[in-house]
Amino acid sequence: MATTTTTVPSAGPVAGSRSFLSRLREGDEIARLITFLFAASVVLVTLLLVFELWQGSVLPRHKFGFNFFRTSVWDPIFEQFGALPFIYGTLVTAAVSLLIAVPLGIGAAIFLAELAPAKLSDTLEFFIDLLAAVPSVIYGLLGVFIVVPLMREYIQPGLKHSLGFLPLFQGPAYGVGFLTAGIVLAIMVIPYIISVSREVLLSVPRDQREAALSLGATRWESTWKVVVPFARTGIFGSIFLALARALGETMAVTMVIGNTPAISASLFSPGYSIAAVIANEFTEATGDLYLQSLIELGLVLFLLTFILNGLARLLILATSQRGSEMSNV
Amino acid sequence: MSNRLRWRKFVSNFMLTMTGVCAVVAVSVLFFILGYLVFHGGTSVSWNFFTKLPAPVGETGGGMANAILGSAKLLLLASLIGVPIGFFGAIYLAEFSGSTTAFIVRYAADLLNGVPSIVIGIFAYSLVVLPFKHFSTLAGGFALGLMMIPITLRSTEEFLRSVPNALREAAMALGASKWKTIASVIVPAAYRGILTAVLLAFARVAGETAPLLFTAFGNRFWSPGWNQPTASLPVMIFTYAIAPYDDWHRQAWAAGLVLLGLILVINIVARAILSRGIAVPRS
Repeated sequence: MATTTTTVPSAGPVAGSRSFLSRLREGDEIARLITFLFAASVVLVTLLLVFELWQGSVLPRHKFGFNFFRTSVWDPIFEQFGALPFIYGTLVTAAVSLLIAVPLGIGAAIFLAELAPAKLSDTLEFFIDLLAAVPSVIYGLLGVFIVVPLMREYIQPGLKHSLGFLPLFQGPAYGVGFLTAGIVLAIMVIPYIISVSREVLLSVPRDQREAALSLGATRWESTWKVVVPFARTGIFGSIFLALARALGETMAVTMVIGNTPAISASLFSPGYSIAAVIANEFTEATGDLYLQSLIELGLVLFLLTFILNGLARLLILATSQRGSEMSNV
Repeated sequence: MSNRLRWRKFVSNFMLTMTGVCAVVAVSVLFFILGYLVFHGGTSVSWNFFTKLPAPVGETGGGMANAILGSAKLLLLASLIGVPIGFFGAIYLAEFSGSTTAFIVRYAADLLNGVPSIVIGIFAYSLVVLPFKHFSTLAGGFALGLMMIPITLRSTEEFLRSVPNALREAAMALGASKWKTIASVIVPAAYRGILTAVLLAFARVAGETAPLLFTAFGNRFWSPGWNQPTASLPVMIFTYAIAPYDDWHRQAWAAGLVLLGLILVINIVARAILSRGIAVPRS
């Protein structure tokens, strides 16, 4: 027995410092190299994507400079390209969608995380995950044939009747437009808000709730005044994530926004979004300047989503770390 | 009971009920979507739909056989690009890499994951369509493959990491080299998770339309080989839905039903595989 105990410690270092040659013979170095090449290709492809977008939009960046974002004439024949109507449409539809999706999504997430029994919560979350998997062209299909007629016949006349004194709800009811696109987008991003917010709420330490309840708070007070503020940054993260999705969403918006490059205060009027104009005009773009202007729009979209996704990740990470630190104490 | 307390209790119950209503509304959307698709598309899913080419414009009838085959080819190509890069990249991240390299790769993958799909389309256009000078299955498959990479990579890495270290140490102690440990112990232990990750990535890109618009383009006929424009189910749904013909609308609903059915079945199967597998700790 004594001999084995003395040999074991000496075996460790020897095994640990196998020579490069022996690792090569056993295939470790080769496996390492091959898998490294695959991993490196991910980085390479991403860099290439940024490079192509930058390189592909060189003409309009030089010709229009910052005016590209300030002017609203989009005229392929006279080669005048101003992106303002598209940026406006993208931002307005995203804002409308968040106004609807945030309260609904957070409400549902609170129910799933705080109220529902674990089994029910998991079942509902399963449906929410399926909902997140529905492709955007399907939302567009339902948008065109269900939501647009509904808006034209009932919702827009109704809004005009009750809130028509606001400039937001004036003008003819076409069915398609900013409001319709915003509503369809809201339906699409709600699952993202619910899934992420639910995870974040579940990571709030249990004693936070118990402390609030023991001080006499009602169930809602403990949720709204203690649990939700604790998870606040993470919930903001889920909203940024949803915003990034909404800004980059293409098919459903293209199908219901009306595809008219116009800036209008009324939510009923047809508009256009960055992603929609790329989808509609890219294959028809004649001339380098036209095509490159569309690529520059793609670059804008890329930068917007890049920033929002980065912020979202930071916020979600911050909350879950805070949760685990607190429960470790 | 004081009025104030009664009020607080009332508010509590009311708001909690409202959150329940929110949840019901959110989930019911799924059943609305399914219901409408079955209602409008159910009767149009026929033998012809799967076996016939689209009818000439103006004639009724015909099917989407070319789009179904086109989608299958695009997805095959996408998997050939996305799965190996995602899988081997994840092995590097989980088993070999130092923390700085891992951070860079993960960052790039997350960035790629967040890129709007239409921008991926622009990228595939300038990288594949422009040099070849025409739209092709190849370009479409490349675009979809790009989108599969980050999803496969990140979830495969999670599952590899969730394999207990004791398994690694046991294999090494028996004298196995590192790659043998990975190939015969770690990957088999995580295979359900990896399979799930791949299936989910596949389902995600199966419905993607935007990146195909100017890579695979569209085609009303068969697309032989890999180097010609091809029809695909999602793009067909888009073109048929915004066209002015009633018969096309009918077929768009049918195609929507088939596509969504496929995606939901893959999702459900993927989750079923996982739930009967090794216990994965929730992060």
